[in-house]
Amino acid sequence: MSHLAGFRTKRMPEPRLIFDQSNTGRVGCNVPVADTPEVDLSEVLGDVREDLHLPEVGELELLRHFTNLSHINFGIETGFYPLGSCTMKYNPKINEKTAGLPGFANLHPMQPVETIPGALDILIGVQEMLLAITGFDEITLQPLAGAHGEMTCLMLIKAYFESRGEGTQRHTVLVPDSAHGTNPASAARCGYDVKPIPTREDGNTDLEALAEALNDSVAALMLTNPSTLGLFEPNIEQICDMVHAVGAQVFCDGANMNAMVGTTRPGDHGFDCMHLNLHKTFSTPHGGGGPGCGAIGLKSHLEPFLPIPVVRRSSAGVVADYDRPASIGRVSAFYGQFLMEVRAYTYLRAYGKEKMADISRHAVLNANYVRARLKDVLPPAHDRPCMHECILTAEKYKKENGVRALDISKRLIDYGFHPPTNYFPLIVPECLMIEPTETETKETLDEFCDAMIEICREAVESPDLLHDAPSTQIVGRLDETTAVKNLDVRWFPPTV
Amino acid sequence: MPYIPHTDNDRREMLATIGVQTIDELFREIPENLRVAPGSLDLPPALDEPKLFSHLWEISKKNVNMADVTCFLGAGIYDRYIPATVGAVISRGEFLTAYTPYQPEASQGYLQAIYEFQTMVAELYGMDLSNASMYDGSTSMAEAAIMATSIKRRERVGVSEAVHPHYRQVLNTYCWSMGIDVVTLPATESGATDYTGADGCACVIVQYPNFFGTIEDLKSTRAAADEHDALMIVVADPVACALLKSPGSFGADIVVGEGQPMGVAMGLGGPMVGLFATKKSLIRQIPGRIVGKTKETHGDRPGFVMTLRTREQDIRREKATSNICTNEALMALASTVYMIALGKNGMRQVAETSVRNTQYAIAQLIAAGAKLKFAHKVFDEFVLELPKDPTMVRDALLEKGILAGLPLGPYYEGLDNCLLVAVTEMRTMEQIDQFAACLKEVLA
Repeated sequence: MSHLAGFRTKRMPEPRLIFDQSNTGRVGCNVPVADTPEVDLSEVLGDVREDLHLPEVGELELLRHFTNLSHINFGIETGFYPLGSCTMKYNPKINEKTAGLPGFANLHPMQPVETIPGALDILIGVQEMLLAITGFDEITLQPLAGAHGEMTCLMLIKAYFESRGEGTQRHTVLVPDSAHGTNPASAARCGYDVKPIPTREDGNTDLEALAEALNDSVAALMLTNPSTLGLFEPNIEQICDMVHAVGAQVFCDGANMNAMVGTTRPGDHGFDCMHLNLHKTFSTPHGGGGPGCGAIGLKSHLEPFLPIPVVRRSSAGVVADYDRPASIGRVSAFYGQFLMEVRAYTYLRAYGKEKMADISRHAVLNANYVRARLKDVLPPAHDRPCMHECILTAEKYKKENGVRALDISKRLIDYGFHPPTNYFPLIVPECLMIEPTETETKETLDEFCDAMIEICREAVESPDLLHDAPSTQIVGRLDETTAVKNLDVRWFPPTV
Repeated sequence: MPYIPHTDNDRREMLATIGVQTIDELFREIPENLRVAPGSLDLPPALDEPKLFSHLWEISKKNVNMADVTCFLGAGIYDRYIPATVGAVISRGEFLTAYTPYQPEASQGYLQAIYEFQTMVAELYGMDLSNASMYDGSTSMAEAAIMATSIKRRERVGVSEAVHPHYRQVLNTYCWSMGIDVVTLPATESGATDYTGADGCACVIVQYPNFFGTIEDLKSTRAAADEHDALMIVVADPVACALLKSPGSFGADIVVGEGQPMGVAMGLGGPMVGLFATKKSLIRQIPGRIVGKTKETHGDRPGFVMTLRTREQDIRREKATSNICTNEALMALASTVYMIALGKNGMRQVAETSVRNTQYAIAQLIAAGAKLKFAHKVFDEFVLELPKDPTMVRDALLEKGILAGLPLGPYYEGLDNCLLVAVTEMRTMEQIDQFAACLKEVLA
């Protein structure tokens, strides 16, 4: 229980909203007063607004407010964060330092491209390292997040089929039932009909069902490999062949790239394109749910359709190419998440050729270790070695003790750990999806496993401890139904 | 490798617990022909931390950064002061290294900050409510347009030619992939929007102030939207909204924008933060996360959760209102700190200083030989007509340490001799005088 010491307890006072700390006349930053001549604002602008209900607080009050809020927020630097499918690995501090360099942070996206050769070096550098790691022919860094990358891949596929006169005919995208919700949502966002493909009991794609679904109306199969079950799809080459045989494309959801870095290359598996989450695999910080950063890799037949600008080498050095007649156009306003690319570049260069494979090797080692240590209390959903995450089921506690996966997760918070992902993938009952990542020590994994084993004992002996968890946080479980019923999504100034 | 803490002994013990001899055995399900040997990829060598930092430092020095020149370039991204408190808050590990607050009990800090963000964005825009943010201004606008097509059940959207050209390009890409037509509503001689082509559109989209700096007459936008039974979507600069009448006060249905001017580094345009605010009646159609206030299930303490989740992709899958998963939380947090640090008075002061500087710059630059292209009212940005090629002028001024603005020729037919100039609160009278003096020299 050592984690409980020093962790926030419920005795802490509830933080006030910043609006309730406001006092007329205070200001939290010394902003410039113009030294240029005064003007009559209503003459220059027309009508000027009178009311503006923003808080008025001093600088110290502001900092205390956010420091106190940070104390009731859990991050990787607070403790172990085994949130499956999210790759919550350590975000190295050197990356923050390099991304903060004025020669990167103070670049204007519309400044002449001749004045940013260093920025282009970063972009091409990340692209080339990702090419080597993924085995694709092209990389673009334009997408702003993972889901945005998925969508961009589907747009490339759409443009490819339109260029072949098959745009209308190929209106269906196949998505396994174990896929992330973003996959079908991205397909719908590109105007595709979505058809689910079942997963077999052993965790592999159901090839018969796939064969049945494949025909010349199919544009693509969206496959996550390793799957969201934490398993490598051993039939991947055959699957890609089957899809290609009907003229369709195979997209790889790269959420689970951490299992493959330096060990196997999705471009070699037969995929036509994939998205990468630099915020997962390549350690750019998740920031509380964004900025994401979604590179995509693709084979050369999709290259003409790349979003602009295309950063590439030419005889004139590295250029940002806009002269791309077949391009799908822009998917984001400028050069993508540039400062995130600086972080990813820094990270990739820290590992380099020699150590890159250490990432996947230790991610897989850690996941299998947790799986092995917990198998007696929480059986794995599949009797196969897992990749970078293990999927366990708490079904027996639900049946025998009325304790759900969610209750186990909430109790973990009391032990000082962030819960794993629950209820995803949807096809595993009472699912706990644990992704330890490679950056955790054996000691941390042992403490976590000890806590899980203890919680499973509690589930049998005193299930209410779990039902009432967490009891150590600023709040207990919150009523989400009331939040929807009585929508309160902003503060309002008191009416005078 | 400091990021991977395993010792040889750890590895041995862990493999023994798992019941295998080597790490390679754990990869046995990957067909042999698809595996590559560790250390065999075509990658540059690893760098130790000091070498890594100096390598990046050297690369960064190859760029011309906006702290080394006097920046009069805007065009959607603005050189505004970022209070020191912003960096102090967003670099805290509890915020920086958290993920989406799926476990609200352990994420109250972020959830409350986002609730405060939503409140202030809605306030600036004069709208009922805001979401927890989008990727950037351009994708926020595209999402708003798509939202309008599903509300109005029409497959056409109208967008003003005076909306940022890159935003319109993103809109075109999104709409192409969904089979939606985009109608461009032309800009008039005065630099405002002409709505006559908006027939059958689900929405009309204008920018406020628009790409040329012109303060669009939103009364006529509302009237045009009503005439065509379309939604009124405004892409608004949040800093301008500290002084201008809010888009909401003109009856806008959806207001989107780029939050960068409020505390986010220019960073070559990424990461940014998209703002998205609407009327209450549209809340169930909104894309992205929304934070709401509630209370404990078995207690009285108030707390915050992500709400209206049934709109979202992880629950609704292909029927979701959008495929967006993350918001841009860290940048939204930066903007939250910014809006609080400046507060009511600071926000107005930044806006007013920008207006004064802009008016002064217009007068000086005209005196130096330029003309004002459009006669309309402007906030902090305007279009100059130059007697010489604007790209040549910009390049000549850059050699004198002044980034004069954006030549508009590549973006607009007929504006080949025009330069878009922005003047924020960061510029001083001396810098503006210097700009005018250098321009005069270059034009001579």
